Amino acid sequence: MIPINLIQQTAETLMDKAAIEIPQDYLDGLQEAAKTEDGDLSSFVLQAMLENYEAAKDDRRAMCGDTGVPRWFVKMGNDALVEGGMIALETALRRATANATNGVPLRPNRVHPLWRTDHDNNVGIGAPEIEYGFEPAAQGEKANWIDLITVHKGGLFGTDYRMLFPSDGVQGVKRFYLDSLIAFGKRGLACQPAIIGIGLGGSKDVCMSLGKRASTLRIVGSRNSDHKIAKMEDDFKELGNSIGMGAMGFVGKNMVIDCNIEVGYCHTGGMPMSVHAFCLSSRRAVARIYPDGRVEHRTDPDWFTPYQRRETVDWEPMLEAAE
Amino acid sequence: MSKPREIRLSTTPTPEAIAELRIGDVVYLDGLMYTAREGVYMRALEGQANIPMELPSQSAANFHCSPAARINDDGTFDMGAVTATASFRFAKWLPEWMAKTGAKLIVGKGGMTSKDYKEYFVPNGAIYLSTVGYGTGALLGRGVEKVEAVHWNEELGIAQAMWVIKCNKMGPFIVASDLNGNCLFERENAKIAENIDRVYEGTKPATLKRYGETDDRTDEVI
Repeated sequence: MIPINLIQQTAETLMDKAAIEIPQDYLDGLQEAAKTEDGDLSSFVLQAMLENYEAAKDDRRAMCGDTGVPRWFVKMGNDALVEGGMIALETALRRATANATNGVPLRPNRVHPLWRTDHDNNVGIGAPEIEYGFEPAAQGEKANWIDLITVHKGGLFGTDYRMLFPSDGVQGVKRFYLDSLIAFGKRGLACQPAIIGIGLGGSKDVCMSLGKRASTLRIVGSRNSDHKIAKMEDDFKELGNSIGMGAMGFVGKNMVIDCNIEVGYCHTGGMPMSVHAFCLSSRRAVARIYPDGRVEHRTDPDWFTPYQRRETVDWEPMLEAAE
Repeated sequence: MSKPREIRLSTTPTPEAIAELRIGDVVYLDGLMYTAREGVYMRALEGQANIPMELPSQSAANFHCSPAARINDDGTFDMGAVTATASFRFAKWLPEWMAKTGAKLIVGKGGMTSKDYKEYFVPNGAIYLSTVGYGTGALLGRGVEKVEAVHWNEELGIAQAMWVIKCNKMGPFIVASDLNGNCLFERENAKIAENIDRVYEGTKPATLKRYGETDDRTDEVI
């Protein structure tokens, strides 16, 4: 049984780390970009961002004044048990979000869409979002842990959805990708260079969710396990960086730190697509919590395991084990 | 590659100091600056509430910002990171706000259009400063020497309240408009647009069109 107070305490630490510490994979990517950037203004911007990450860590203050919209992904091992059950877990995550908003401090961004009611704590109807995934145990082990992942992605620009069709083909995917980068890249509204996530397939809501997860739950340098999709990721990264647009929409050659694509099966007549830009602050933090009280922090959510991308009716390794 | 020019500027700048600025200059601010965005604009302009500051004598710098800040039980403040929010959404209120407050520096994210600059920035002797990044929240937070006051927090909440901050070499900001109404972002967009047909080569418009959209990539969609 995983103690509930350990969950809340870890969640508060994660809120703090996500807001303050730039993940190493993104930092490496941005440093690489800064080396190749030759636009005067874009270079200045990238240097300022690199200094900003240092300032945030030194002062233990948030990297960005905009907290984005804090959300949670919870992945549970198949054998995990939480003290007080899932209602207690959700309460702990809501408490941690509210406490960290006041504690770090973070900007209370969440308001009612119509009445603009602000509880000054980033908690409200449906906020923070909590999404779940499950993971089978590796052979001979018990999956009695939970992974807490917090992501504070920006909320307004850089994300779009479109229903494409088989007749649009890969060229259509390419075109909508470029449209999204250019529309939101102008004036730097997407806070690029960013990790761009593309969701392909699923139903409309799942398509959005796949793209969001591709941008926030996969790290720079990761590649889809389908090697043809992995090749598209490489090509699309290069394509985005050949637009001639850089940070803040200034002339430059760095728009995309990496491009991650995730797919899900969709209606036979369609090919829905979403594009998401995770920002220059790429706020994500992860911890695995065990029932014995161990907490392991990391920055790679490692969400898209073979199990998450399974195509078959049954989970085959389990069948094999049974045989 | 040339480094941009760096300039210290008062938040109650003289007309000469503003005339000196060129687009692309990097600016650091000294003096009082206040945050005002849709909440403050609606309350002051549509709700006719009295603005709780002497403007522009105390400050001629309007920051489109909600800080990551906390109001402590004893009434003191903790301000961590500070970044701007996209300004183009406030064009509806800015002409009246400028006329009423004499704001000379509009500080935010992404700038306005050259049309906005020519119509009401230039006649008011005002220019636009863009934050950098976005956003250099921790660097800007270091430039906050003191939080002087927060107004209308009860009515508007922390994010929309009118925060009055004392800046000490707060920056960097980039000069994004000048007194001729030139727009830095439009200049950059025009340069980038020259190359855009090449990256679209081999693609065709989507099978299903959407109302109200443009296929002209020199268009800004703001």
